[in-house]
Amino acid sequence: MSTARDVLFDPLIHKNPIALQILGICSALAVTSKLETVTVMALSVTLVTAFSSFSVSLIRRQIPGSIRIIVQMTIIATLVIIVDQFLKAYAFSISKQLSVFVGLIITNCIVLGRAEAFAMKNPPGLSFLDGVGNGLGYSLVLFVVAFFRELFGAGSLFNQKILPLVSDGGWYLPNGLMLLPPSAFFLIGLIIWAVRTWKPEQVEKEG
Amino acid sequence: MPRDSKVKMLGVAFVLCLVCSILVSAAAVGLKARQERNKETEKRRNILQIARMYDPSKTVDEQFSRVRSRMVDLEKGQFVDSAAAVKELHAIPAGEDSAGIRSRPRFMEVYLVEEQGRFMQVILPVYGKGLWSTMYGFIALGPDLSTVTGFGFYQHGETPGLGGEIDNPNWLAKWPGKLVYDQSGKLRIEVIKGTVDTAGPDVRHKIDGISGATLTARGVSNLLAYWLGENGYKNFLQTMRKTGGVQP
Repeated sequence: MSTARDVLFDPLIHKNPIALQILGICSALAVTSKLETVTVMALSVTLVTAFSSFSVSLIRRQIPGSIRIIVQMTIIATLVIIVDQFLKAYAFSISKQLSVFVGLIITNCIVLGRAEAFAMKNPPGLSFLDGVGNGLGYSLVLFVVAFFRELFGAGSLFNQKILPLVSDGGWYLPNGLMLLPPSAFFLIGLIIWAVRTWKPEQVEKEG
Repeated sequence: MPRDSKVKMLGVAFVLCLVCSILVSAAAVGLKARQERNKETEKRRNILQIARMYDPSKTVDEQFSRVRSRMVDLEKGQFVDSAAAVKELHAIPAGEDSAGIRSRPRFMEVYLVEEQGRFMQVILPVYGKGLWSTMYGFIALGPDLSTVTGFGFYQHGETPGLGGEIDNPNWLAKWPGKLVYDQSGKLRIEVIKGTVDTAGPDVRHKIDGISGATLTARGVSNLLAYWLGENGYKNFLQTMRKTGGVQP
C-alpha cells in the first residue's frame, strides 16, 4: 500500500503523467502559448482529476465490471461540464481562449487513466490525493512549457512585458514558432530528455 | 446482489445518469443569468472594438451608452419598431447567395453612434462563409454611409496563422478610410490578391490580401458583396441617406 505522501508527490517528477506516461499531450500542445490560460487549464484538470478519482473510488465496489469505463466517463464528463459552466460564468475571456480544450478534458487520458488504474482499487481519500498529484504533475509540465513559449514567443510572462520587443522599439525579436503548437513538441521532448537523464530508471528498455 | 447481474448494471447506470444529469442541469440553470450577461458584454465590447471606439480603461456599459440599437427591415430598407421585428427567415436563391449563408433574417439589428445629436457611424452585422467556417463580424460606416470606419470579425474558425490572420490588427487597420460604393453608387469594395497599387484608380476600394489566406479573403469579399448589396443593407443605406438628415 502506498502512502499518501507518495501518492501525492510521485506524479510530480518520478511518475509524471506527461513526461513518463506520455499522457495528455494534446492539450499540452494546444493551451501552452500563454501562462494565463495554462493556470486556468491546470486548475481545471487538477480539479476534474481529483474529484473524478474521488467519485469513482466512492462507488468502486458498486460499479459492474462490464460498464465501468462508461461509468467513469459519465462521471468525468459531468465534472468537466460543470467546470466549463463555471468558467463561462466567472472567467469568460479565458474560457473563450481555451475554447474547446476545456470540453476536451473529458478525453484527456490522464483523467480516465487515473480513474481506471488507481481509483478503482484504492479508497476515496487516497484516490483524491492521487488525482491532485497527477493534476499537479500535468500542471508542472504545462507551466514549464508555457514559461518558455510565452517568454520567447511573446517576450512576456503572465502578459507582463519582460523582453522589450523590436516592434515596440526594444531589442528582442520574438520567435514566432514558439507561439505555434509544434514548439511544445520540442519543449516537451527536451523536458523528457532532461528528466530521463536525471532519472535513468525512467528510460524504457529496448526490444 | 452480484455486481455483474443485469439488474445491478441497469440500476447503477440509471442512478448514475440521474445524479449526473441533475448536477449538470443545476450548474447550467444556476449560472445561466451570469453567462448571458457575459455574452452581452462581450458582444458590446466587440462592437465597440470594431467601430474603433473601445477604451479599456472604461467599462463596456458606460461606453456603449453612446450606441443605440435599432431594427431594420431589409426588404423595405427602413427602420422598424423592435416589437414589429419578428423572426422571419428568407431563403436566398442560389445564384444570389455570394455569402454562402442560404437564408437570412428579414430584420437585422444595427447600431447607430451619435455624438451631440450628430450621426457618426452605423455599425452593421455581416456574416458569411470563409474557407472552413462561417465568419461573424461587423462593418462600421461613417456619416457618408460609404466610408469604412472599422471592420472586423468576432467569431470564425479559420486556420490560425493563415486565414485566422483576418484578426490581425495590422490588416484590420487597412480598412478605415476605404469606400464601399463609388460615385455612381456601385458596390466596389474588395479584398484583392497581393498588395494594392497605391497609384491605381481603385486604391480607395481595394484592400491588400493576406498571403496564405486567399480563400478566406475571397469569403470576406463575397460576404461584404452580399450584405452591402441589393439584398443586404444597400436599400436601407439609401433610405437613410435620403431621409435621416445624413449627408452623402
